[in-house]
Amino acid sequence: MIPVPPAIQRIPWKLIAILCGITGFGLLVLYSAAGGNWSPWAWQQGVRFLVFLGGALVLARLPLRIFEDFSYLAYIGVLILLFAVELLGFVGGGSQRWLNLGFMNLQPSELMKVTIVVALARFYAQLPPASTRSFTALWPALVMIGLPAALVMLQPDLGTALSICIGGVIVMFVAGLPLWWFGSTAIAGIAALPILFSFLHDYQKRRVLIFLDPESDPLGSGYHISQSKIAIGSGGIGGKGFLNGSQSHLDYLPEGHTDFIFATMAEEWGLIGGLALLFGFFLLLRWSTRVALKARTRFGQLTAAGLTMTIFFYIAINLMMVMGLAPVVGIPLPLFSYGGSSMLTIMTCVGIILAIENDSKTGTRRFH
Amino acid sequence: MFNKKQPPITEAWRGLTFTRRALVVGGAQAAVGVALAARMTYISVIDNDRYVLESESNRVNLTLIPPRRGWIVDRNGKALANNRVSLRIDIIPDRLHNREMVLGRLRTLLRLDGDTMERINRDLKAASGFQPVAIKEDMTEAEYSAILVRLPELPGVAPQRGFARNYPTGAAVGHLIGYVGAPNAEEYEKAKDPLYITPGYKIGKDGLEKYFQEMLKGKPGARRVEVTARGKVVRDLDTQPDVQGKTVHLTIDADLQEYVARRMGRESGAAVVIDCRNGDILAFVSMPSFDPNSFSDGISNSEYAWLRADDHQPLINKATRGLYPPGSTLKPMAAIAAIEHGVDPGERHTCIGGYRLGRRFFRCLGTHGSIDMPTAIEKSCNSYFYWLAHRLGYDAMAPTARLLGLGEEFQLAGSNQRYGTIPDSAWKLRKYDQQWTASDSLNAVIGQGYVSVNPLQLAVMTARIASGRRLYPRLVNRQFPNEPLPFSAEALAVARAGMDRVVNGAGTAVRSRLPLDGITMAGKTGTAQVRGLASGSRGQSGAWKYRDHGLFVGFAPVDNPRYATGIVIEHGMGGSRAAAPVARDFMTFLFDRDKGMEALDTLEAGWGGTITERMERDYAAWKMGASSDPDPGVPE
Repeated sequence: MIPVPPAIQRIPWKLIAILCGITGFGLLVLYSAAGGNWSPWAWQQGVRFLVFLGGALVLARLPLRIFEDFSYLAYIGVLILLFAVELLGFVGGGSQRWLNLGFMNLQPSELMKVTIVVALARFYAQLPPASTRSFTALWPALVMIGLPAALVMLQPDLGTALSICIGGVIVMFVAGLPLWWFGSTAIAGIAALPILFSFLHDYQKRRVLIFLDPESDPLGSGYHISQSKIAIGSGGIGGKGFLNGSQSHLDYLPEGHTDFIFATMAEEWGLIGGLALLFGFFLLLRWSTRVALKARTRFGQLTAAGLTMTIFFYIAINLMMVMGLAPVVGIPLPLFSYGGSSMLTIMTCVGIILAIENDSKTGTRRFH
Repeated sequence: MFNKKQPPITEAWRGLTFTRRALVVGGAQAAVGVALAARMTYISVIDNDRYVLESESNRVNLTLIPPRRGWIVDRNGKALANNRVSLRIDIIPDRLHNREMVLGRLRTLLRLDGDTMERINRDLKAASGFQPVAIKEDMTEAEYSAILVRLPELPGVAPQRGFARNYPTGAAVGHLIGYVGAPNAEEYEKAKDPLYITPGYKIGKDGLEKYFQEMLKGKPGARRVEVTARGKVVRDLDTQPDVQGKTVHLTIDADLQEYVARRMGRESGAAVVIDCRNGDILAFVSMPSFDPNSFSDGISNSEYAWLRADDHQPLINKATRGLYPPGSTLKPMAAIAAIEHGVDPGERHTCIGGYRLGRRFFRCLGTHGSIDMPTAIEKSCNSYFYWLAHRLGYDAMAPTARLLGLGEEFQLAGSNQRYGTIPDSAWKLRKYDQQWTASDSLNAVIGQGYVSVNPLQLAVMTARIASGRRLYPRLVNRQFPNEPLPFSAEALAVARAGMDRVVNGAGTAVRSRLPLDGITMAGKTGTAQVRGLASGSRGQSGAWKYRDHGLFVGFAPVDNPRYATGIVIEHGMGGSRAAAPVARDFMTFLFDRDKGMEALDTLEAGWGGTITERMERDYAAWKMGASSDPDPGVPE
């Protein structure tokens, strides 16, 4: 038996296989969506994935301590960037989200999805256990979530704001805050829904209304949802076959390579492809949930649980949207949709969770 | 659940809570995952059929190919309306990239005028995707090939070989056949048929074309193409050919129809010819007419204005819509009525140049002396019939008139009739709330006063007298009982004998005797006043529109009637002068075509050419500012 060198052993091969499986499948779909071409999407997406995967593996080598130490600093930095977007950012696709850094367009709200989780995890890790049910456990967290969420809502970007809130709330939940806080907030939230609705922009309101009754506007904004459902539904069990999707190739499906890539895939690969992809995501989330449960530190536990939720939220909202269960909010499908920002976020999450896993393998179990 | 008991919060408790809650979150995530899988299964398995259909209807676009219209043919299968190849070009808006350039080139190549360009631009704005917009129809071969060779430089232009309606005899069948035209907005709203907005598709707008629309229209073909969401055609899938509409067989004799139409010359009037054996309408002519070809290709405003301005009213079908006092043509009918009411046809009455009724004296055209009934018909003696009418009253005659088809509206394909009046005392009481007087009877018996009929009724009356049966006129092969009339053989024989002598004895139409051996025509002339006698003139001169109408009814051969006719020449001044010669010529044509054509050619040379030639010249003159000749020459 040839001894496997420890350096090789330390590389998380199983995780890399899962990530490559999902992304590789995505590359095939991008290849098809471009009419059987590697350009303009597939090869670029592939290169980007390799770069980000390398980045995630480097991130995984860093001691967990560093994330904990820099968490507040990162949070404040990203918050400043969000302010900067509000002041300097340019408008794209109807909302103001991007900062032009010269070499790339940065979307700070994407970074916030990660930093909010890490910062809150640190806050609760440092909180004395006895204060868990006190008001001091609540208000700083609410401010930390509320500020960036409000800034992102101003852009306006409902999907990302929701994602930030969910990530933060889940950290608060697993940190052990009293259940009745969540229950009463949920009830109050439902009661306040009509008021919140009135704060939405017109196009957002329309999307919500059309989501509730897509047939009311089959050629307008409801077009996205109807065409997506047609693509998924006409795929059937086995799909129309690779490169044979008429909905995507004849341009009936809008955004067939980004937000609605799942519909493009389902049309050609059918229910089998859809279930395979769901299984891939299940494996990814199961891995990160296990990391959370086995984490050595409280910071690790909370961070892993929060980041798992962040990844999950992407997947769930995107799939609900393409299947007509949620309004059209611009959230891509992680690793699958063409685009750098979401992949950067997901790979950062994966890198940090890997770091937590490495930390729990090396050190002894220790609670703060 | 913990806020009541408040157990001490330790790190161990916190770790336990974390594990529990993380598992709850994980479980919730798994539940959402299962729900998503279920949702996808539902969409792609249970709703699969529906979405496959929707995906196909997205992908495949149907372009309709307008069907070829069914022919309308005469009794011998000769076409009265058929289709000719029509070269046309359309623009497919979606493939039109450089609109200004292409339209500019087309404008120069096809010499399109400003109105046309405006219409094209309007249509292009309203059109969507690949719904073609018509640029020009009925192009010449030269224009078509000029476009064809430049096609690579004209993206978006689609040349097509289609079909257009064609009426070989033109104006001769205008009122009979009607015409076709592109459906208008209301017709599309009513039919909701996408075919109605396909360029090149025409529906029947008038006459038989409209009446037989369902039979003639056929089934459209279809071209299935795969298109993108923006309507770009990716490839052709398949093409289903159109099914031509059914042929409509008429009872019309196309040659006779054309002959009669031409023989009407420059006159305004109508003539109907009926087969005495079965009621078939052989000719159904109203002149002047319009060219249905012009209407079917979309008539120009100026041509339409020209037709409307003509005082001979080419747009009105006088054969069924024209009502005229029948004049003396009703005298054979009156004779039958009298015999049926017991008058002896041999009984003599003395004509003293009129008939005295009380203090009024009703004039006759001559002083005929002592005459019997057949002679009274032959000479068209008013006095004799005044005497009959005074003796019997018109109430005795009106039922006979109605039995012969006067005042009746016939169930006739595609015609819109005005059926006129056969008056009697009840009618007058109802209409004017006045009692019928003896002078009303006297006026009615010579076909004046309240009596009015249309030319079709005159022809039917004649056919019924000639055949002795109640023939029902028909344009298509429909079955009617055509039962014998309840008149004595003697009554019919007297009427026929009188009519025979009108032409072949010493009657009013002896100049219209048929120039044939062994075949004779019987008839009765009529001259109907347009203005009352009080105006002083007898309507034989003066302005055209105040002249008397000339009428003639007749049948031939006398011994075995085959053809019956009713003719009205508006303001022709007299039946024997204007109407009877027309009957003579087409009856001659029916039995001897060469002889008939010979007569017509001579006449047309005098009138200035065929119908088409004359219409073209008149139209050109009208466009130049001169009005068409208001005073047509009188034949002979």
